[in-house]
Amino acid sequence: MMGGLLELSVAAAAGRIAAGEVSRAEYFEAWRAAAAGDELNAYLWKAEDGTAGGDGPLAGIPVAVKDLFCTEGVATTAGSRILEGHRPLYTATAVRRLHEAGAGVLGKTNMDEFAMGSSNENSAYGAVRNPWDHGRVPGGSSGGSAAAVAGGLAPCAIGTDTGGSIRQPASLCGIVGLKPTYGAISRYGMIAFASSLDQCGPLTRNVTDAALLLAAMQGRDACDSTSVGIEGGVEAPSRENLEGLRFAVPAELAHDAIEPGVRAVFEATLKRIEELGGEIAEVSLPHAEHGISAYYVIAPAEASSNLARYDGVRYGMRIEAEGDVIEMYEATRAAGFGDEVKRRIMLGTYALSSGYYDAYYGRAQRVRTKIAEDYAAAFDRFDFVVTPTSPSVAFELGAKTDDPLAMYMNDFFTVPMSLAGIPAISIPAGLAEPDGGGPQLPVGFQIAAPAFAEQRLLDAAYALEQAIGFDAEPGGSGG
Amino acid sequence: MAELEAVIGLEIHVQLSTRTKMFCGCELSFGDKPNVHTCPVCLAHPGVLPVPNEEAIRYALKIAAALECEVAPRSIFHRKNYFYPDNPKAYQISQYDEPLAVNGELGGIRIHRAHLEEDAAKTIHLGESGRIHGSGASLVDFNRGGTPLVEIVTEPDLGSAEAAGAWARLLRTTVRQLEVSDVNMEEGSLRIDANVSVRPAGSEELGTKTELKNMNSFRFLERGIEAELARQRELIAAGGTVVQETLHFHPEDGSLHPLRSKEEAHDYRYFPEPDLVPLAPTEAMLRAARESLPELPEARMRRYEDDLGLSAENAAQLAADPDAATYFEAVCERVGEVEAQTVANWVTGELAAALRQADGDAAVPAGALAGLIALVQENKISHGSGKKVLSILIAEGGEPAEIVEREGLAQISDSGELESIVAAAVEANPDAADQIRAGNQKAIGAIVGAVMKETKGRADGGEVSRLIKRKLGV
Repeated sequence: MMGGLLELSVAAAAGRIAAGEVSRAEYFEAWRAAAAGDELNAYLWKAEDGTAGGDGPLAGIPVAVKDLFCTEGVATTAGSRILEGHRPLYTATAVRRLHEAGAGVLGKTNMDEFAMGSSNENSAYGAVRNPWDHGRVPGGSSGGSAAAVAGGLAPCAIGTDTGGSIRQPASLCGIVGLKPTYGAISRYGMIAFASSLDQCGPLTRNVTDAALLLAAMQGRDACDSTSVGIEGGVEAPSRENLEGLRFAVPAELAHDAIEPGVRAVFEATLKRIEELGGEIAEVSLPHAEHGISAYYVIAPAEASSNLARYDGVRYGMRIEAEGDVIEMYEATRAAGFGDEVKRRIMLGTYALSSGYYDAYYGRAQRVRTKIAEDYAAAFDRFDFVVTPTSPSVAFELGAKTDDPLAMYMNDFFTVPMSLAGIPAISIPAGLAEPDGGGPQLPVGFQIAAPAFAEQRLLDAAYALEQAIGFDAEPGGSGG
Repeated sequence: MAELEAVIGLEIHVQLSTRTKMFCGCELSFGDKPNVHTCPVCLAHPGVLPVPNEEAIRYALKIAAALECEVAPRSIFHRKNYFYPDNPKAYQISQYDEPLAVNGELGGIRIHRAHLEEDAAKTIHLGESGRIHGSGASLVDFNRGGTPLVEIVTEPDLGSAEAAGAWARLLRTTVRQLEVSDVNMEEGSLRIDANVSVRPAGSEELGTKTELKNMNSFRFLERGIEAELARQRELIAAGGTVVQETLHFHPEDGSLHPLRSKEEAHDYRYFPEPDLVPLAPTEAMLRAARESLPELPEARMRRYEDDLGLSAENAAQLAADPDAATYFEAVCERVGEVEAQTVANWVTGELAAALRQADGDAAVPAGALAGLIALVQENKISHGSGKKVLSILIAEGGEPAEIVEREGLAQISDSGELESIVAAAVEANPDAADQIRAGNQKAIGAIVGAVMKETKGRADGGEVSRLIKRKLGV
């Protein structure tokens, strides 16, 4: 029965495939058929045929892959016009490791151009729709991956998170999104946005599936000098309660602008933690509020350098211009990049300019250090820091496209962990009505842990997930 | 007005001769077809990351050790951002405010810093100017792109074009001995830029400098600096001031021309390269670099002077040429009880002169030269015969003793025979004999010459003089 197959968790499906109860071809084909019905603009490319790779813990599992990951011979655009039709000569390490674990690429998912955005409206290939309400955004930048999983178009997906790009769309789409510790998974073959922040991670329907994908992808890679892997690996989570675990809520949260519905779900989840035996206390993270400011200096600065290679010379789009090669660069970049990308390149170029470096980039790095120190101090006393993942539920398409600052505030709760390099997970914690009314939409709960404490993080998230028992499903077109 | 003294500092790029590039696995090459040594990393494809070449780090540490630098416990790679077709990432990975090595010294010249970076690709701009602006097309060969470089910057300690040239040669010899680079200026594996300024003699303040580029031989380096010093002195004498700029040396006529300012006005927007972790050499790596150092020219020169008693000139000459020095030491080892200065005289004098006359690849085995020197020192053959033996050795090879035997060059050791030849020569040159008796020592030359002619050079000159004087009773 096809519907039954699609409802299996990745862990369960892998078990059935390994036991010979379901064939790989049958399972892959079922998901191909589901992906073919994409009405969300979640996919930019879908696998025509083929099944997943070799034997391993993910044998037979199709994975939706954000179009930021290079896949040999398969168009990889990063959501940008400038890379339209670009076919990489090699495959990203994270994707290769999924292959080695037995998984296969189901499709390449839509995204904000070069991962710059929180709504997926910055894609050169059109916005992605939220499966809960097609008039609303799925979040971003891994919006295609989140929508595909939430919308029943893929059993699991991978994305990248630079300031919240996995956690925020997972939250807005009602699924699990994990940003691992910086260095846990190789960045080789992941098209760079902000190199000191970018990290690959899974978007899944449950915590166990996230652990499975993380286990397959994590590890040191000789091609990425900044990769270290997770010592001891990652196992399926099994914890049933939260006894003896200490959860810290940032004291500053009381004053932050959070939608009432989101705050209500957050507070209900704190109660749930206490019911499971966990302790809740306040902690001061005084520098976290400057996270957005620091992030929007550091990330654009690195992006301005990372995106300078797209010049029309060796690959991708080229606009021939009258005159010399410099004029060709200018014409190509003017036509190839979208507005948000251009905005960040200009911001970043300015922040690194001689005479401004110390005032912007230098100061932002000092704030980053302070934020990391705040978290390190908090983790001396607590096991986790918890916040809402996003200050709001999914907002309407177009609502914030003319207001970049309002858009940037979506990352308010997710950016500090990226700056600190620590792991954080978003799990669906309930539903809430958006400000201004309308159908109920998912609310994510974020748990952050010390660097490389992924196992502890997954175990706690699993216990909480079981207790919450979130089983709401997208209602469809709506708004 | 006070005399204007020259203040010169050098910036040297040394291409390392590692097997592969600085941040990817492509092989290094010279002269291959364009764009055959490339990969996604050195072509800056989307998603790639640099991985530092450990061999390049070891080579750089050897250079740092040879230049007696302090090695930073943690040095940082930076991105130097600029758009140019030779630079596919649009940034060069280099080191900026925390370089690998600082505060060194070579040959009395202070080393400001030495750091690791990657080389750019080669570009050719088609069109009249040969420059990028206004060119009809630009061609790029990425084979060279990503080659490991060590950049060495001196303090402005050099006082003349000649001193700069001599020091640059010392640096080349030193680096060549480390076997970390071909250090060939014509091929570009050694590139030297000069920062040149003048100031009133004795002043502590530095004048405004200009940067000289594109001098791809030692000769051009010296000519370029000389021309620029002359220009600056004339300019100041005429009441002008030097403007800081980059000047391009034209080898055709030795002239210097400023680069167009548009190509020069860069804000490189340096920031730490987030794709790389700090470079922190282990104590073992540092020790290995120090211990791997051969005896370098400076130390060798001191040893030749102090321990072997060579003249300063010979010591410098041999130390500057590692092959000659190795040869010299091999001869010394085989020659027995002969002073090192005598060997040095032969190696840098008679042998060098004879080899200059001969084919390019002519050589004399160290053992053969040692045998020859010994024969001369033991008075078995005269010095003149020794030179004859040497030319036969170069032309035909062989054993010195056999050549002496075969050619009948053995010194006349029978004193009776030599005495009778001397007596005959004195009688045949009565004028000279009279002059000698009258106290004119110089006149002895004519009689010695006659004896040498008669003996075909097989007599010892000193012995002949002694016998002539005895015969004449002076």
